[in-house]
Parts: sequence; structure tokens; C-alpha cells
Amino acid sequence: MTCILETRSLNKEFGAVIAAKDLNVQINKGEVVGVIGSNGAGKTTFINMVTGYLKPTRGEILFNGKSIMGHSPRAITRAGMARSFQVAQLFPEMTVLDNLIVALAAAESARPSFLSPLRSDARIARAEEILKEFGVDNYRDSLVTAVPQGARKLVDIAMALIGNPQMLLLDEPTSGVSVDEKTDLMDTVMNAVRQHGVTVLFVEHDMDVVERYVSRVLAFYSGEIIADGEPAAVLADQQVRDLVTGHRPTTKQGNGAS
Amino acid sequence: MRLDKTEISLGLIALACVLFGFVSPGWLIFLLTIALAKALVVQGVVMQMRSGLVSFGQGLFYCIGGYTVGMGGQFFGIHDAIAALSLGMFVAIVVAMLLGLLLTRYREIFFAMLSLAFSMILFGILVKSQELGSTDGFNVHDWTLFGWAPEAGAGSQHTVFTMTVVSGLIVAVLIHRYTKAGIGVICEAVRENEVRVEYLGLSPRWLLYGNYVAAAAVSALGGGLTALATGHVDPEMAYWTTSGEFVFIALLGGLGHVAAPFIAAIVFSFVRTYAIEFVPHTWQMILGFTLLAVIIFLPKGLWSLVSREKTGERA
Ligand SMILES: Nc1ncnc2c1ncn2[C@@H]1O[C@H](COP(=O)(O)OP(=O)(O)OP(=O)(O)O)[C@@H](O)[C@H]1O
Ligand SMILES: [Mg+2]
Repeated sequence: MTCILETRSLNKEFGAVIAAKDLNVQINKGEVVGVIGSNGAGKTTFINMVTGYLKPTRGEILFNGKSIMGHSPRAITRAGMARSFQVAQLFPEMTVLDNLIVALAAAESARPSFLSPLRSDARIARAEEILKEFGVDNYRDSLVTAVPQGARKLVDIAMALIGNPQMLLLDEPTSGVSVDEKTDLMDTVMNAVRQHGVTVLFVEHDMDVVERYVSRVLAFYSGEIIADGEPAAVLADQQVRDLVTGHRPTTKQGNGAS
Repeated sequence: MRLDKTEISLGLIALACVLFGFVSPGWLIFLLTIALAKALVVQGVVMQMRSGLVSFGQGLFYCIGGYTVGMGGQFFGIHDAIAALSLGMFVAIVVAMLLGLLLTRYREIFFAMLSLAFSMILFGILVKSQELGSTDGFNVHDWTLFGWAPEAGAGSQHTVFTMTVVSGLIVAVLIHRYTKAGIGVICEAVRENEVRVEYLGLSPRWLLYGNYVAAAAVSALGGGLTALATGHVDPEMAYWTTSGEFVFIALLGGLGHVAAPFIAAIVFSFVRTYAIEFVPHTWQMILGFTLLAVIIFLPKGLWSLVSREKTGERA
């Protein structure tokens, strides 16, 4: 198996807070990896470092075998690694359709045109297809601010996928979404992802959701990875049960609100 | 090149303006010429406002446009109006390409103050330049248009008016397209969420840079036309109150439509002319109250009066 993303002794300190400590991760092409960990464990920090948003204090990050240390988020995006955000990052005063059209134009060229219209028929048609694929076509002309959380998250992820990334990092795709809607949302996302053949890493607090989709789990605690392996093994791990998941026999665990 | 509804309307209005120029009195033509030329500078301010940046130093490019026309005629024998105006835009573009490298690193108040600083530096340089008439500035040489010299006075005034209307039309159509094109929409996207733009693989900084340079060219055209119309340039063009006036007019008109700056500039000129004539010492106060009223009652500018009926339709 070929390794798509690798980190070597990745460290991040915020003053006295150690948000990442010697992270050594290797993710292979085609894997679906779940990242678990309590609030403040360093999950978002990991994604932020890997996508160039935060500069690691020490360490090395390799994407497709090449170092991407010090690269800008846009360079990393162009290299084929996309992400979504814990809080959906959209253009709030634009319609959902326009959000996707901007993403489509960005995917086509890094240098937008000065005079030819952004809202071309071809882009509108493609955006409509994507809206359907993600089941949010009824919000086509709504301003983002008027759209419910779950749909916003989907639009955010759809925009990340538009650039045909090789790898997709999702930061809590189901946060702020009601328990009943979570599975639907994840099914939609995972279907889209499978069609694109993308390697996925997603952060999730709900263990049922994790178990349903992933082939591998990374458990973060206090900036460190305390377990890495098959979901069943990691979730059964005593340390993970003590520090991350709590003891949950069958009941659905409340979603860590953040 | 297919024209859309807005572009056809703009064309018809411009045609009406040109025809109106033949029947209206000289003072009115002059007032409209200056208002429309200023509106072009305001277009530059508005282009940047769309991207979330407020330039308090657009007078810099207004002045560069004006002085290039003036100096071209006086010192370099460039008497053709079109050539002089083009040169003014060219110089503004070169200056903007340099300053933009620094300015696009800044946002919000830092951008506003830095842009102000650069225009004040130019003001300072011009005031110190004896050869350029120091604070008095200097007169613009008589100019020609494609080899034809309009007779001084009414003839030349009328010609500048027509040139300004035509320039205004061309710029309006271009800006109308620009705001709907990739760069225009994505500059708005930068204002709304820079992080997302970056994560779409685009560089917010270079987008703002392109926008800044384009805005400088448009503003310089306004400055050049003003110089041709008044026949005079002075350092006041780069002074901070001049830039403040452009921001004022931009707020007055709003960002709703490419025509808004033109309307706002004309309203502004009339209010000022009459206020100075009838209530000479309260002009500043009237200005203050107007701005207050616009911000409170029409936060999206005068254009919202026009577009009120068709709510829901996004310009
Ligand atoms: N920009 C920052 N400045 C200072 N401290 C930060 C910053 N970002 C994160 N931290 C700290 O780093 C630690 C890890 O934060 P991070 O956001 O990565 O956690 P997380 O696992 O994503 O948590 P959550 O589940 O709440 O999203 C926390 O202690 C947090 O307070
Ligand atoms: Mg987080």
C-alpha cells in the first residue's frame, strides 16, 4: 500500500500548551480513518498543521512522499489535499449555488477571469448536479445564513470535494447536527467520497458513526496519539475507554458539544 | 460582444447625456463633467469596498491621473487627450503595482491608513516641488483630440463632457462585467471569508492586488478627465480631504449597482453647489447630516431607493 500522508515527530506548542506531541502518522491511499479524542485533544490542531494553516513547532509532513512543510494552505489544496471545517466556512452573504460556483471556478483556474461571467451555464449546471448529489438542492437560492447547520456542513464538504482532491480531511462533519440526521449526512458524504476515490480522515465524537464508516481509528489524548488501529481494537482499548470514549456499553454517547 | 439589459440602459443614458450636453448651459455641463469624473474615482473606491477594503487614499491615483495629464502637456509635448489620459492610467498602474505589493498585506483600518499615508506622501512631494507650482499647482496645456483642437472655453468644455460621458460608459460596462466575472465575485468572497478562499486554492492577496491595480487605473482616468475639464491641477488632489470625499460619495451611492457612484456624485455636486451658494458656512454641517441620514435610513446607499421595488433580485 502506498502512503499518502505521513507525519514525523510533529509537535505544536501554544505557549505552555502542548497541542501536538511527537505525532507519527502514516495514512495509506484509500483508507477511511476516524479521529477520536475529547475536547482539546489536538484533533483540529493536527488538521490545521497538515493543511498549512498552522506552522508546526517541529517535525515533518509528507504528502505523496514530498515535504509540504511551510507550504501555504492554497498550495496544499492545489497539491490535492482538501479539508472541511468544524464550523462550516462558507460565503455567508452568497447563495448556496454561488458558493459552489465560486468553488468550481477556483478548481478550474488559480487565476480568475477579469471579464467573462463567473455564473456560466456550464458552472450552474455542474453546481446543480452537486447540490442534488448532496441532497441540498432545495437550498439552491437560499443565502447561506438562512440554511440549517446540516446543509451548511454538506455544502462545506461539497466545496472541498469540487477540486477533486486525493485526500479529504473532515473536521467534525456531524457537529451541530441532530443525532437522527447524522447517519444521513455521513451516508451522503461517504457516497460522494467513494465515487471520487478519495482517502478520508474525519474527526468524530460519536463512536457509532465512527464504527460505521472507518477502517482505522486514531485516538488523540492531550496532543498525543494513544491508540491507532482497527476500530474494534481501539475502541476496546482500556486507555481509550478511560480517557476518550468513557465507558459506553450500548447507549449512544452524547455528542461532545463543540 | 452581447450587451445585457443593464449595459443597454447605460448606453441609452449615456447617449441622452451627450445629447443633453448640446442644449444645457455651460455651468451645468461643467458641474456634470466634474461630478462624472469624480464618480470614476469613486468607482475605484467602490471596487475595493466590494473586496472589504476601504481606501482613504484614492486621491493618490486621482492626483497621479491629473498630474500626468498636466505634466505630459507642459513638459513632454503630449497634447492628445486620449494619449494623456492613457498615460495617466499607465503611470497609476505602475505605481499601484508597486504599492500594492505592500498594501495587500494589510486589511481593515491598517489598509485604510496606509493608503492614506501614500497619498499624503505624494501631496508632500508636490507641495515641495517648485517646478510644479508647489501648492498652487499649474495649468494644463491646451489639448487636442485626434489632431483636432477644440476652441477654448465652451467648445473644449463640451468636448471634455462628451469624453467623460463616453469614458464613464466604457468604464461602467467594464466594471459591470468585472463584478460578475471571476475576479469580481471572488473579491467579494474574500471580503466574506478569506480563509475559505485560501482553502479553495486561491490567493486572496493576489486577487486583492489585481483589484487594487484595476481600481487605480479607473481612478486615474477620473483624475485625468478632471484635469482636462478644469484646465488646472494642484496638490489638493492628493490631500486627505479629497480622498475622504470619494469615500463619502461611495457610501452615499452604495455598492448595489455600477450606476450608483455616478448618481451619488451628481447629487453630491448639486447639494454642495447649492449649499455653498445659499448657506455658505453650513456646508460641512449639511454634509455631516446627509451622511448621518444615509447611514441611518439607507445603509446600502442611495441606490437602495431605486432597487427597493425589486427586492430579492440581487444586482
Ligand atoms: N490558536 C491557538 N492558540 C492557543 N491555543 C490553541 C490554539 N488552537 C488550539 N489551542 C489549544 O490546543 C489544544 C488542542 O486544541 P484543538 O482545537 O486542536 O482540540 P480539538 O481536539 O480539536 O478539540 P475539540 O473537540 O474541542 O474541537 C487545546 O488545549 C487548545 O486550547
Ligand atoms: Mg476541534
